[in-house]
Amino acid sequence: MSPRQLLGRIGLWFSVFVIVSPAILFFLWMISLSLKYEIDNAAYPPVFIPEQFAWKNYADVLASNRFLTYFVNSLIVTGGATLLAMLVGVPAGYGIARMAAHKSAIVILIARITPGLSYLIPLFLLFQWLGLLGTLVPQIIIHLVVTVPIVIWIMIGYFETTPLELEEAARIDGATRWQVFRHVALPIARPGLAVAFILAVIFSWNNFVFGIVLAGRETRTLPVAVYNMISFDQLSWGPLAAAALLVTLPVLLLTVFAQRQIVAGLTAGAVKGG
Amino acid sequence: MSTITETTPAAAESVAAAEQQWHRPTYWPFVLPALIVVLAVIVFPWLFTIWMSFNEWKVGSPTTFVGFANYLRLPNDPRFVEAVGHTIFYTALSVILPLIFGTLAAVVFHQRFAGRGFLRGVFIMPMMATPVAIALVWTMMFHPQLGVLNYLLSVVGLPPQLWVFDPATVIPSLVLVETWQWTPLVMLIVLGGLAAIPTEPYESAEIDGAGFWQMFRYITLPLIMPFLFIAGMIRMIDAVKSFDIIFAITQGGPGSASETINLYLYSVAFVYYDLGYGSAIAVVFFFLIVLLAAVLLYLRKRMLWTEIGGGA
Repeated sequence: MSPRQLLGRIGLWFSVFVIVSPAILFFLWMISLSLKYEIDNAAYPPVFIPEQFAWKNYADVLASNRFLTYFVNSLIVTGGATLLAMLVGVPAGYGIARMAAHKSAIVILIARITPGLSYLIPLFLLFQWLGLLGTLVPQIIIHLVVTVPIVIWIMIGYFETTPLELEEAARIDGATRWQVFRHVALPIARPGLAVAFILAVIFSWNNFVFGIVLAGRETRTLPVAVYNMISFDQLSWGPLAAAALLVTLPVLLLTVFAQRQIVAGLTAGAVKGG
Repeated sequence: MSTITETTPAAAESVAAAEQQWHRPTYWPFVLPALIVVLAVIVFPWLFTIWMSFNEWKVGSPTTFVGFANYLRLPNDPRFVEAVGHTIFYTALSVILPLIFGTLAAVVFHQRFAGRGFLRGVFIMPMMATPVAIALVWTMMFHPQLGVLNYLLSVVGLPPQLWVFDPATVIPSLVLVETWQWTPLVMLIVLGGLAAIPTEPYESAEIDGAGFWQMFRYITLPLIMPFLFIAGMIRMIDAVKSFDIIFAITQGGPGSASETINLYLYSVAFVYYDLGYGSAIAVVFFFLIVLLAAVLLYLRKRMLWTEIGGGA
């Protein structure tokens, strides 16, 4: 390696370090905050690695039975909204792709542009009128605003690229449209299904704005629960940071392990979104 | 699009056309369930919001039709006018900064180096992480006495700041979070653009003795322009609507120094329960976003015609 190449390598690694460090340092600091006792979190200059780790912060958060309730709520809302979205969105993506009904994608674009709050006003009244407030049903339904467009959008893109020859061969063999979809198109589109599923899960899990309006004390999802911890229950930083980390941990793990799918999904959506 | 018909012989073409015709109705059952859901949770709320915006509609009191009264209230509402200003300031910064940093990051991630995939995963973590959770940690970092940011400033010899606790610095501080969070999305989009650039221009530029910066300025930048526009557009739409970060860190404060349209909309609809007026804000807000997107699209078209020549 020539000196010039070496210099280039060092320059590259330095740039990589500079670019990735805001993300790495932030999450390391988050872990540090969550593992410190109050005395270390209030120290100046700040302590990065404490002498004693406060595992107790995590134990406290997990031991509070309400955290478990909120975790289950999050699972039900995200799970319900994602599964329903896959159930209606995957066939819809297939239908739109095969009919080449590209204009219908405008509805999805509008959904992408509209601020989440503007869905809340009418749906809030509707749920109130139906007497559904106080259950998890309104949140599952309103999370469809997030999950359905993602699933349809990504599946249109996938089904447009899957080869038609196999489907035509199956039709000649006498398969019905539904059978062609179920046994030919769907298995080929499996990577697309994974992308749509992962992104729908992440964006539903992270959603906050729907919960603060629709969730009652018993029906909070994790992001709402963490927000309420800041304002009402907790003032010490250690347990707060621990709770924040626990809430976002599933998403962070998914991001690192499924980054290929996430990148594929986000760039497809983004580039097509223009 | 159905490009198949262009390449096949005439006879096959008519078959394909008939096929197309025959396809249409048969795929409706696939789309129908989603259509019902979209009508219920997206289209119905929209129509209902427009209807509500023409009514005096407060929770617990009778509804009366008031025509455009809610819309006429907007220009005379100082809090709304102020919120529009905050939104424009917040959005402009939150588009420009991620575009700059995201492009630089994309140039770096376009190179080959060990562990690139993993590091890219780490780099996109800020935008995938739960916004409320990261907002909470940023709030702790912004703390004037105990926060780590003021400590870092003191290390490099800068005076401590009040960050989100000072009306003068609250919006730039929130933009710092927004930039940290959304630079990765710009990076991903631009990275896609870089991957599509052929290597020939660089090879001939290198022969001509062009430096890295010149190649970036005269080859890379013009070629990734369409991608930057898309990234800028998406960023604009998301920054205008930004809610979680602002709400969780400042709730629009101190006072109303960081209250954007979206936060004001929340207050009107779900703190004061003035749903008619809130609906009017929602409608105006939506058209503001569409207008901004249209202006960007127009600028892009003009630029393509004058500089690149309608191609790309």
